[in-house]
Amino acid sequence: MAGENRTIDNKLLKWVDDRLPVVSQMQHEMYDYPTPRNLNYWWNFGSLAGFVLVIMIVTGIFLSMHYTAHTDHAFESVEHIMRNVNFGWLIRYIHMNGGSMFFIVVYIHIFRGMYYGSYKKPRELLWMIGVVILLLMMATAFMGYVLPWGQMSFWGATVITNLFSAIPVVGDQIVTLLWGGFAVDKPTLKRFFSLQYLLPFVLVGVIVLHVMALHKAHSNNPLGIDMKGPQDSIAFHPYYTIKDLFGIGVFLMVYAAFVFWAPNFMGHPDNYIPANPLVTPEHIVPEWYFLPFYAILRSIDFGFLFIPAKLLGVIAMFGSIGVLFDLPWLDTSPVRSAKFRPTYRIFFWVFLLDCVVLTFVGGNAPGDPVFSGVAWFKWIHLGQIATLYYFAHFLVVFPLLGYLEKTKPLPASISEPVLKGGGNAPAGAAAGAVKTAPMEKA
Amino acid sequence: MATPTTAGDHDESKRDFLTLTAGGFAAVGAAVAVWPFIDSMNPSADVLALASIEVDISGIELGQRVTVKWRGKPVFIDRRTPEVIEKAREVKLGELPDPQTDADRVEKPEWLIMVGVCTHLGCIPKGQKPSEPHGEFGGWYCPCHGSHYDTSGRILKGPAPKNLIIPPYTFATDTKIKIG
Repeated sequence: MAGENRTIDNKLLKWVDDRLPVVSQMQHEMYDYPTPRNLNYWWNFGSLAGFVLVIMIVTGIFLSMHYTAHTDHAFESVEHIMRNVNFGWLIRYIHMNGGSMFFIVVYIHIFRGMYYGSYKKPRELLWMIGVVILLLMMATAFMGYVLPWGQMSFWGATVITNLFSAIPVVGDQIVTLLWGGFAVDKPTLKRFFSLQYLLPFVLVGVIVLHVMALHKAHSNNPLGIDMKGPQDSIAFHPYYTIKDLFGIGVFLMVYAAFVFWAPNFMGHPDNYIPANPLVTPEHIVPEWYFLPFYAILRSIDFGFLFIPAKLLGVIAMFGSIGVLFDLPWLDTSPVRSAKFRPTYRIFFWVFLLDCVVLTFVGGNAPGDPVFSGVAWFKWIHLGQIATLYYFAHFLVVFPLLGYLEKTKPLPASISEPVLKGGGNAPAGAAAGAVKTAPMEKA
Repeated sequence: MATPTTAGDHDESKRDFLTLTAGGFAAVGAAVAVWPFIDSMNPSADVLALASIEVDISGIELGQRVTVKWRGKPVFIDRRTPEVIEKAREVKLGELPDPQTDADRVEKPEWLIMVGVCTHLGCIPKGQKPSEPHGEFGGWYCPCHGSHYDTSGRILKGPAPKNLIIPPYTFATDTKIKIG
C-alpha cells in the first residue's frame, strides 16, 4: 500500500520506535492497512462495537467506585449513584443503555457478516472468535443485570443459574457451586461483581485476536470477492477512520436520545423493586437482547428419547449459539455475498424475521394466545415453529442452498464496476491506486 | 498520500480551517464529556449533607478533653482551666513558627475547638486522654514524626508547619456548638 515505508519525523519517537515499534505497528495496522474501497455503512458496526466497549468499561469503572456488592447495600448503592453522586444518574444511564446499544450494534455486525458471507474461507476463525465475543458479552451483560439487585436481577439470576441443574447427575452440585450456597445470595452477588469487572478486559483480549485475524485475511466487502491489487483498496486512514467517526456521531445521537429522553425504555420496571427471595414476579423476562434465546429455551416443552424436556430446552438454547460456530462449514456455497445469491437473499430476510418473531415470543407468556381471537394458537406454538425454522436455516437451508442455488456471475474485481465507465480513479484514491489505474482492463 | 487533486493555496487554507475547527470542536466535546466522570469522584450529595454537626457540650467538665467526629475527622474540644489558658498566653509570638495569639484561636477562652489532625502529614496527635503524652508544652504531641503543640494547639517544635486548624463553629447556645 501507499506510504507503507513512511518515516517517523520526530527524533524521540523514532528512537523509541526503533526499540519498541509501537508507532510503526500502529501506522501499519491503522493507517496504511489496505481496506476494500467499496465498503458500505454496514461495515461501520465493527469499530462501533469497539467504541461501545470502551464506553462500557469507562462508565463501569466509575460506577464501581460507588457501588457496593453486598445484598444489603447493592440496591441502595445504585439509588445512591442515581441521587447523590455527581452525574451518577448520567453515568449509570450511559452504562445501562450502553448494554442494549452494544447488542444492537453487535447483532447488526453479525447479520452483516451473514448477509455478505464474511464467515467463509479464509475468515472461519475470525467468525468463530466473534462468536466467542458474543458469548462473553452475554455472560457480562447477564451478570451486570444482576448487580442492581432488583427483582428482575434476583430472579433472572435464579432462572439462568438453574439452567445448569438440567445437566444430568452433577447438575445440582454445579448450581450450588455457582451460587456458593443453596440459593442466589451474597456469595453469588459478590462473584458476579468480580467476574463482571473481569470479563470486559477478557473481551478486549479476544477482540485483539479478532482484529488480528481480520488483518490477516483483510476485510470482506459487499461484493464478497477478494482484493486483487492496490486498485481495489484504499488506506484505512483517513478514508475509513473518517467514515467510522461519522458513524460514531450518528450512533451517539441515537444513544444520547435514549440516555436523556427514555433511559428506562429498554429496562424492566420490576428491577426498581428491591430483590425479594420470597416473591417471584408474575412474568420473568430477560433483557430484550436475550429474548430470542429465552424463547427457544421455553419452546421445548417435550422430551426426546431419554432426554427430558428441561435438558433438551437448555441444549437447544446453547445450541442456537453453538450452531453459529459451524456456520463456515454448514454454508456450502462458494459465493460469499448475498448480492450474487438470489435465493439465499430471501432466506436471509426470512431468518432475520424469524429472529424478530423469537424476540416477541420470548417477551410473552407461553400460554397466552398470539391473536386474541384464536385461542388454540399460543405463543409457545409460534415459538416452536420459529425455533424449528431457526435450526432448519442453519442445518438444512445453508447446506442445501450451496448445491441447489444458481448464483449470479461475480465481477472480475472490486474496482471493475467502479472504473468501468472509463472514468479515472476517484480523486481521493490512494496514490498507488492512481498509478496502477492504467493497468486495469477497463 | 491524501493529496488533493487541485492543491492550490486557497484550497489548503480552507482545509486547515476545517481541520482546526473540527479539532477544536472535538476537544471541547471531549472536555464536556470528561467532566461528569471527574465530578462523580467529588463529594456526593449525601457526604455534603453531613458537612455540619451540633455538639452538646454541657457534659464536659473543666479540664476535660473530648473528641467528636466531623466530616470524617476528629475535632478536639478542650474545656480549659484558667491555668492552662494562662500557660497558652505566656508563649511568646516570636517563638512560634506560625504566629497566632491564643485569643485569635478561641471564641470563648474556656473552649478550645480544633481539628485534631496534625498539619504535618495528617496523623492524630496524642493528648486527648490524661494518660497520653502531651508533648513538651503540655498540649498535644504527634507520635508519627514528633510534632509538639502547646495548650492552644499551636506548633512549637517538630516538622508540622501550621497550628492545628480551627474549624468554623458557632455557639448555638451556651451548651451547644455547631461545627461546620
